Formats: sequence, structure tokens, C-alpha cells
Amino acid sequence: MPDVKFTVDGKQLTAPAGTLLIDACKAAGIEIPAFCYYPGLSLQAACRMCVVRQEKVPKLQTACTTTVAEGQVFTTESPEIAQARKATIQLLLGNHPLDCPVCDAGGECELQDMTFKYGAADSFYAEPKNHREEQKWSPVVYFDRPRCILCYRCVRMCGEGMDVFALGIQNRGSSAVIAPNIPAQQSPDHLAHLDCEQCGMCIDACPVGALTSGAYRYKTRPWEMNHVATVCTHCGDGCKTTLGVRSTSDGAEIVRGDNRDKSGINGDFLCNKGRYAFDFANSPERITSPLVRQADASLKEVSWEEAFHHTGKKLRELRDAKGGKSIGVIGGNRLTNEEAYLLQKFARTVLGTNNIDHHRTADYVTFAQALSGQKGRTASLRDTQSYPAVLIVGGDPTNQAPGTAWNLRTDVRLNKARLYVANTEEIKLRRQAKAFLQLAPYGYGALAAYLAGDAASASSAATDSNALNSFRDAVKAEENLLILIGSELRGADLKRLIEFGLTIPSAKFALLSDYVNSRGAADMGLLPDMLPGYVPVTNPGPYAEQNAPTTPGLDMLQIFEAASRGELSALYVVNSNPTSRYNIDPAALKDTFVVVHEMFMTETAQLADVILPAANLYEKAGSVTNSYGDLQLVQKAGDRAGVRTDFEMIVRVADKMGADIKSLVPFGKSTPGVRAAGTLGDMGQSRGAQAGEADRHAVWLTANNLEPKLSPFDPFAILDEIQRLVPGYNLLRLQLISGNDQHLEPNALSFRSAAEESASRSRRDLVLPSGDTLFTSGTLGRFSPALNEVQRYQANEPLIQIHTAAE
Amino acid sequence: MSTITNSIFTSATAARFDHLVTLYPVKRSALIPMLLYAQDEVGYVSDAVVTEIAQRLDLLELDVRNVLSYYSMLRTKPAGKYNVQVCTNISCMLRGGYEILDHCKHKLGIGHKEVTEDGTFSLEEVECIGACCWAPAMQVNYDFHDNLTTVKVDEIIETYRAGQGKDVK
Repeated sequence: MPDVKFTVDGKQLTAPAGTLLIDACKAAGIEIPAFCYYPGLSLQAACRMCVVRQEKVPKLQTACTTTVAEGQVFTTESPEIAQARKATIQLLLGNHPLDCPVCDAGGECELQDMTFKYGAADSFYAEPKNHREEQKWSPVVYFDRPRCILCYRCVRMCGEGMDVFALGIQNRGSSAVIAPNIPAQQSPDHLAHLDCEQCGMCIDACPVGALTSGAYRYKTRPWEMNHVATVCTHCGDGCKTTLGVRSTSDGAEIVRGDNRDKSGINGDFLCNKGRYAFDFANSPERITSPLVRQADASLKEVSWEEAFHHTGKKLRELRDAKGGKSIGVIGGNRLTNEEAYLLQKFARTVLGTNNIDHHRTADYVTFAQALSGQKGRTASLRDTQSYPAVLIVGGDPTNQAPGTAWNLRTDVRLNKARLYVANTEEIKLRRQAKAFLQLAPYGYGALAAYLAGDAASASSAATDSNALNSFRDAVKAEENLLILIGSELRGADLKRLIEFGLTIPSAKFALLSDYVNSRGAADMGLLPDMLPGYVPVTNPGPYAEQNAPTTPGLDMLQIFEAASRGELSALYVVNSNPTSRYNIDPAALKDTFVVVHEMFMTETAQLADVILPAANLYEKAGSVTNSYGDLQLVQKAGDRAGVRTDFEMIVRVADKMGADIKSLVPFGKSTPGVRAAGTLGDMGQSRGAQAGEADRHAVWLTANNLEPKLSPFDPFAILDEIQRLVPGYNLLRLQLISGNDQHLEPNALSFRSAAEESASRSRRDLVLPSGDTLFTSGTLGRFSPALNEVQRYQANEPLIQIHTAAE
Repeated sequence: MSTITNSIFTSATAARFDHLVTLYPVKRSALIPMLLYAQDEVGYVSDAVVTEIAQRLDLLELDVRNVLSYYSMLRTKPAGKYNVQVCTNISCMLRGGYEILDHCKHKLGIGHKEVTEDGTFSLEEVECIGACCWAPAMQVNYDFHDNLTTVKVDEIIETYRAGQGKDVK
């Protein structure tokens, strides 16, 4: 649309023709109040707060539905408009209780703000207020009917945004009311309930306190919390979230998760897990003291010093006596990049083993190898809300990556994006799809082959060959295509699909995984055959300075096979629960010295000889990389006395093993000439004329929001090394620290030998999707009271309606 | 169109509904007539009616309830066999509509939107029924009675009680 010029309050503004006046004004710094208007949702013009005067138009106009055109003249503030808005607020307050002092929204309520601004607290309406008791619609959504101002935001959010349509408006006039989709008369307890995805988006959209959150209601006030922007710990989308944190007697408790800071890659969105499932951190079941197994097989609480000493001594003895190859290391999917990098470096350089793995939820090694040498071919999560065409093969974003699904729905709704879905199941996103291809069971490999031109595999890809044919033609006709790949595609199938995609000029790819740092764990080399950045251990290249063993180690399954053969002397598990995930027989580990960093007494922790109580992702700082390769900053929000970060614990164990900590974590000042330049924290030595002037350098660091890495427990110290050594992790530090996401492309280097190429073909497929739903989150989810309650609730309120909505 | 097996409606009404959805550019436009016809047949809009109409129009039950609750002439509870609807809109009000309503309340022993114990009569205060020239007026089921007096109302009610009124199902 061409730009047009128009005048608002005497200021000349320019915006594309057809822009809504309210948006154009917002962009120019002129605030027009509105309750019902919500960017990205359909227009309602129900609240009449945004009225403005337009020259030559007889009546006041709603800015939320007025589109700008050349030469228009508007006034947004005048006594007349103030009077109109005041009258609107008086009407709204006609039945709105003035219970702000107890209302959750008090202090962050749009109606409260506007009442203050227009002074409408005294009302002409003397009629008694129509009071209704608050209703519990679900464990996480409560409704206070009298507070509702009928702006319809929640109704549109639920229908248009979430494609759930669980909320409606019933009755009319002053008795109109928001209603959930299970009416009282059909409910066993004769109360109205919600049968939905329990995302809580309606609560976020509510301009007042009519919809309140089961987790947060009546707990605290917004100004009594610290608000920390960090990254949600659950799925692979890595949504940015704002945690409301409050001090307690033993640390800091997280009381709220929401997305008021809409600056992240997820835009407006948070799902049920992001919004409510932070409560595992506050669980009384957390382990808060180091435990060491005694001779009588009981676990005894010991001091940190004793636990580290025992662990370090034992690991050193086992390494020296039986060799590093007898030790296995398993890392978690929720470690920060810094911790994952440190863990593999600790395994490879201190323990001296390549027996390191993690629970793989997608085949990132093949992904990186298939895209080797390509630039600009990987998608960011941001692309999913703007790309004109998207192909999803496998996966079920609605359940496994709700942020991705939200973005795709937004893209279809606002940009008319063409969505192509190929799946063996009828996933919910097919409702937004231009074409849905039902694949035959296990038909992903055949589909990849068919797309790549192998006509013979058509019959094993899908039963409907016409649909298959037209699906391929439609996909091939796209020029700007985003290809989202589920974890069902691995190895050769994944490679073939990417090779097909590469024939489309502007295609971009993403491989979806299941946990917040599943991608980071792979990128950071928690793999027996790959160093960070998918550099084969056989040819360490940039890592040669670390002198790690160059033969590939044992993978996850081989580690436990070795254990059952009695060949595993020690197992070091960091925030992972392989015993449950891989159904490991506890007897297999009876002769193995098992060290576990864990928050809870999981199946794996029960077998441990040493349990080190660990902080979770909400209690530490660092960075994580989502499925797409978007790097974001993790900030410490909660705190719990008696736990430590995995980073600190690894460093302390390494120290007790007698390792040189300065070469493990490059912190502090370097001694010129002693170590190669760059291996240690840069305190300004490399800055020419100012070299060595640490005090002046500190001024520079402070001015740039950086801090000197003077502690071996500072994750940013090792981030320097990640940035220097890991291919693709040439990140922008200020971008990271200011809380912005940045897209990284850690693609593998091209094969440097025939051996590397054949190794890539013979890699074992160890991908085990987590199978998580909207309301589960691996082992961690079991310790979230909110998730458990929602699961029980949804089991009693079966999803009758939300999967059978209208077209 | 959704095929409905085991319709709760009579075959004539079911056939009428099958035709009704074809009359509009979008199916959901048939919602209000369908609700009215369903109410005429079943007596009120029951949960089963909501379910089947939602199915016929590819709507969510919630959508049907949203519309249903908006209109005061659609009811979700059974009315009496004879639904007495007294107009109290302006012409009838000026000509004694409220007296007629009060008389009915007293006579039948029920209030607005209530049903007598034996289920014979129900009473409703309604907006204009278009009989202003002969106010005050009331409607029993679909049958009009105008130029009312309390005596005339007594006669009408007795006629219906004896099962002799018009529009008797």
C-alpha cells in the first residue's frame, strides 16, 4: 500500500494507506485508549473508548476501525472526546465492582488506568450491582463475571488465535456474559467449565481482572514482584517468558509466568506449560542437600565439601585405574549451552572419554550435515509468522511446539500464508492448511523419496495417489517455502527431504525437537562422535588444543550395555532421567559409581551413589538455543537454598579431580605468554594501547552491559570459548545480553574425508521423541502440581469439542 | 452437508431441515429458523436439539448456545401445553395490558416464564405482538386474542382448559 499523509492533533503523520488509525497513532507515539482492540485479532469496535474526532464527519469515529487515507484530519484528545470516554467508562463501571484492592489486575488494569485518566470513578448509576460469585472454569482459568467489560478479546483470542473456540457470549444487553463451552447443565458438578487447551491466553488478553489465573490469583500484587525476562524451560520453541518472582525464607519463589514482555520470538504467545508449569521449582519434593550413598546402601545428607570431595576422589581413582573409556556421561536437554559445552569438555578433557550422549529428540547431526556449506537456509521461529508458504512434514506443533503452531495460525490468518501439512495423523494444524496429505503409516521416508523424484515410492507414501501428486506439485510450485520437519524424519530420510528442499530456491528448514535446549545439547556436542558444532571427534580441527580422545565413544544405549556387562566404572548424569526414558534395568548399574545432578528423586537419582541437588533453568543464567537455532539469554529468576547450578557443580567436581580449572573455564586475567592468546577471558589485553588497563576496561564493559569474567562459575567465561571455537556460534554479545533472540546456523563443515562421509551414513538412529502433549513435559512435568491437576481435569472433561470445530 | 443418522426430529421436520440448509449461501444462516422449528416440534430447545443442530450446521454447540441465549422467544425449558403470552408493550400498556397480566398471574397462580404444576399453562410477558389496534392483546401458542378484558381472559383460559381452544396440539 502506498503511503498517505494525514494529520493527527496538528501533527502530520505518514502511514501506508489502509493502516488502522489506532496503529498509525501508536507508531507515532500518540496513545489512543482501547479495551476491545487487540492487535492481530479481528476488529470489534465494542468498547467505544477509542473514539476520535475526524474533520467533516458528523459523529465521533472509532480509531480501531478507521483506516487512514490521504488528507484526513483527526483530533484524539479534546474536551468532547474526554467526555465521551468518561461516559463510556461510567457505563462500564455501572456493573463493575470497585474491588481493585483485592483484584489480581489491580495495578496493571487498563480500566483502572483509564478511570484514573478520565476521572469517572463517580457514577450516575445508582442501581444495585448485579453480583455473581466467581467461577472456576478449570484449574487454571477463573472467571469473575461482574468485572467483565465484554470487550470480546478473550473470545477472539480463543477462537482466532488458538483455534479452540471454547469461549462465547451468551444472553444480551446488560445480562450478556462470557460463557465457556461446557454449560452447567451438562457438567457433572453443575458448574460451567472449559474444555480447551488451557493456554491461559484469555487471561493475558483480558484488559481487566475478569479472567484470572489459577496459579497467581490473590497471591501478590504486580509491584511486589521482580519481573525477570527469561526463556521457558519446556518445549523446543524456547518462548520468552516473564517470571514474577517474590522472596521467600529459603530463596525466591516464582509466582507467575506470563508474557507481558511481548518482545520475544513468541510475540503474544505462551502455552499452558509456559504460563503455569514453573511450579516444579517451588516443589517441596526438591532435593536441597547433597546425598551420598553409605555402606549400608542408604543415602545420607552430607556437606557440599564432602560430596564434591568424595565424587572427585572416586572419579579420579576410577579414571586412573580403569581409564576414561570406562566412564559414561549423560547430559540433559534443559542445560544451558554453557553447561552443555562445559560438560562435554569436562568429559573429554578431564574424564578423558567420548562416552557422552543425551536423550536425542531430533536428528540434528544429519540436519547439520545435510545443510553443510549452505548459508541462510535455516529458519528462525520468527519466520514461521511471516513466511508466505510453509510445509510441515511430521510432528504435531499444536501439542509438541505450541509456539510454532501459534505463529503458523497467525501467519495463515494475517498473511494468508499457504500451509501444507503431510502427516500420518490428522493433526490439528490441518484445519489451517491449504492442503493436508494423509500419509500411510511410517510413510515419511517414502514421501521424502517421492518428493525427491522417486515415483516408485508413491504407494508407500500415501494411499491417495492423486492427493499425493497434487500435494507435490503445489509444494514444488512455491518459491519461498519454509520446511518444518518433525522428529519422525531422521538419517537418510531427513537428508533426502532436505536435498529436495534445497532445489526450491528460497526454501528454509527447521527440525523440531522436544525440549528447550535439545538443539543446544546437540550443537554443544553432547554426542559420542561429534564435538560442538558437529565437528567429528576423529578430526577435532579447532578443538585440537584440548587434546580430547579422537575415537568415537559409546552412545546412550551402548553406555548402558557396557554397564550391564560390568564394563562401566562410573556414570555421570546431569539433569537427565535415562533410567526411566530408556527402561534401564536398575541392576545394570549395580557395579557402577553413579553421580547424578538432579532436582528430584527420579528413577535415575534413586540409583545414584552421589546426588548433587541442582538448580533448574529458572534458577541460573546462560543461553539456550531453540529447535530453530535461535539463541536467547536465560536469566536467573527463582532461587532455592541448598541447590547449585550444574555449571558450578561440574567445575567443583573437576577441581576436586585435580583438573586445571583455568584451562577448563577460561576465566580471569590471562598471563601473557603463558597460554595461547584467546583461551582466557579478555580483560582488555587485546585492546591495543589500552592493554592491561583493567580498570579502564571495566568502564568499557560496564558501559556495554558486560561484566568481567572473574569467576570460574561465570557461564559467560565459557561463552567466550564457545564463540571462538564452535562453528556457527559467532553470536552478537550485546544482542544476547539485551534479551533479544538471534538466529545461528551451526551447520556442519563439509566432509573432509571419505571416512567421515561413510561414518555419517552408518550413524545409529537414536532419536526417541518425548511424546509429550500439551500437559506433559518429560520427567520434569511430573513434578509440576499445575500440570498434574490440568491432566486430571482434562481426563474428566474429555476433549469432545475442540478437535471437531467448524472449518 | 453432515448426514444425520438417528435424527431426534420427525421425518418431516428432518426433511425440512435438510432442505433449509441449502437455501443460504452459508449453512449457519439456517440456525435461527431451525431453532424455531425445532422448538415448535419439541416444545423447547433441549440439549439434544442443540447437539443435532450444531451437527447439521457444522457449528460448535457453544455457537448454538450463544445465539439461542440471545433470543427471548427461544426457550430451553418446556413451556406449558398452552403458552399464554401477554403483551405489555406501549399500546397494550395504555389499554390495561398490565391488568391483564396480573389477572393471568393470579388466575393461573404462576409468574412470568413459569409453568402451572399440571403443565397445562405457562405465562410470559412479551413485547409487541403486532395487535396494537385491538389492544390489549395476548397470544396463546400461535393464536391471537384481542380487545381483552379480565372476563374475556377467564373465558379464554377456561376454553383452553377444556381442551377446546384453537391451535391445540
